Amino acid sequence: MAEDEETPLDRRGFLKTAASGTVAATVPTVVQAKDDEHDHDHQDVPSDPALRAKALESLLVEKGLVDRSALDALVDTFEHKIGPRNGARVVAKAWSDPAYKRRLLSDANAAIAELGYTGQQGEHMVVVENSPTVHHMVVCTLCSCYPWPTLGLPPVWYKSAAYRSRVVIDPRSVLSEFGLEIPNDVEVRVWDSTAEIRYLVLPERPTGTEGMSEEALAALVTRDSMIGTAKVFPPGQGVTP
Amino acid sequence: MNGVHDVGGMQDFGPIRPEANEPVFHAPWEGRVLAMNLAIAAWRKFAADHRRYARELIPPAQQLAMSYYEKWYAGLITNMIDASMITRAEVESGMPVPGSPKLTPPMTAARVPVFWSNGSPKIRNVPAIASFRVGQRVRARNINPPTHTRLPRYARGKFGVVEGARGIFVFPDSNAQGLGEKPQHLYSVRFAARELWGDQGGAKDTVYIDMWDDYLEPA
Repeated sequence: MAEDEETPLDRRGFLKTAASGTVAATVPTVVQAKDDEHDHDHQDVPSDPALRAKALESLLVEKGLVDRSALDALVDTFEHKIGPRNGARVVAKAWSDPAYKRRLLSDANAAIAELGYTGQQGEHMVVVENSPTVHHMVVCTLCSCYPWPTLGLPPVWYKSAAYRSRVVIDPRSVLSEFGLEIPNDVEVRVWDSTAEIRYLVLPERPTGTEGMSEEALAALVTRDSMIGTAKVFPPGQGVTP
Repeated sequence: MNGVHDVGGMQDFGPIRPEANEPVFHAPWEGRVLAMNLAIAAWRKFAADHRRYARELIPPAQQLAMSYYEKWYAGLITNMIDASMITRAEVESGMPVPGSPKLTPPMTAARVPVFWSNGSPKIRNVPAIASFRVGQRVRARNINPPTHTRLPRYARGKFGVVEGARGIFVFPDSNAQGLGEKPQHLYSVRFAARELWGDQGGAKDTVYIDMWDDYLEPA
């Protein structure tokens, strides 16, 4: 969306008036049922989200606002071209190649681009390295910011209010729920993605992996270890996504 | 806006529920809604800041009850109506109003790879004065704008230290209102958990928050 950011609308009060009326027409029936008893204006909008999405897509195609095959290509990108396997390759390369790791920690954008994992929601990457003294974890308390090219779309739990609310005030109980106990003398450092910087955790390389190939190392690296809610286990001991 | 989206520090949302072998989308419509958001973005009528603001404006009780992609569906419609791309009547009928012109979408399948790899950088190559330097002690301003902001409530009024300078970025507070990008310096600011949460915070623990110049004052 390089092209979408350049021409913001210049009206004051953008969205101020649009929201209430529009949203009323688009929220699920389950929460809108009471209102509907008094207001039948919106009854033509289907209650089922799948039907509503389909109706909207048809409308947008009919008006020439979207191209159906472009939507197919975007969905294909989400489902098949991005995902935590990409991030795992970045991590494995950093573990295997000290010069790459230095580049990754000093200029993550360029280092990640070397492997081709650029794109939407990966424009401004910062990689933070776990160590025996600091354990990093990532959140977006205000919405759902996440590094798409390297990790794919976020899991539901990452977007949930439960995770987003608690991880800043009580990160150790969150880690505990993920089965991770961090000693009290280790700093837990939480990165709240409030701006357009996207964070990727470089987990510690597990012991017993000396001499393993990058490909074999990448297979050990889990999504959660790159969010910071897990560590990477030695071969044969991995348990988490 | 002090909205229900700004959940940092709340304590009553219950356990976190990871899902084993979670699919990218739980139903095909979710992927279509996300794809429509991106394809419509190619018209350059509104930006990510507007999209976030539109979702934040969903009334609180409904916002909490809606699924993630239901919010993206509702927000997209809000944005498109506000940008005069569609009308509420069209959403309700599912049909274009009679006589409306058939447009040509800027996002074609062939353009998706370029669109994807280009991304949407929010850094701006314009001059701006940096009011703070790395290592400086700062305080997050106690501001409560009724409009979009990316300064979380839990940090307002708190003291921290600038740990990094990120560059000059679009300022969401102005951009989301259609008041311009107002690019300014963005910093990584470290807050001690005890500063944010009192004795409830871990003695060694920290929270790092990205903050624009306008969110900070010298301390």
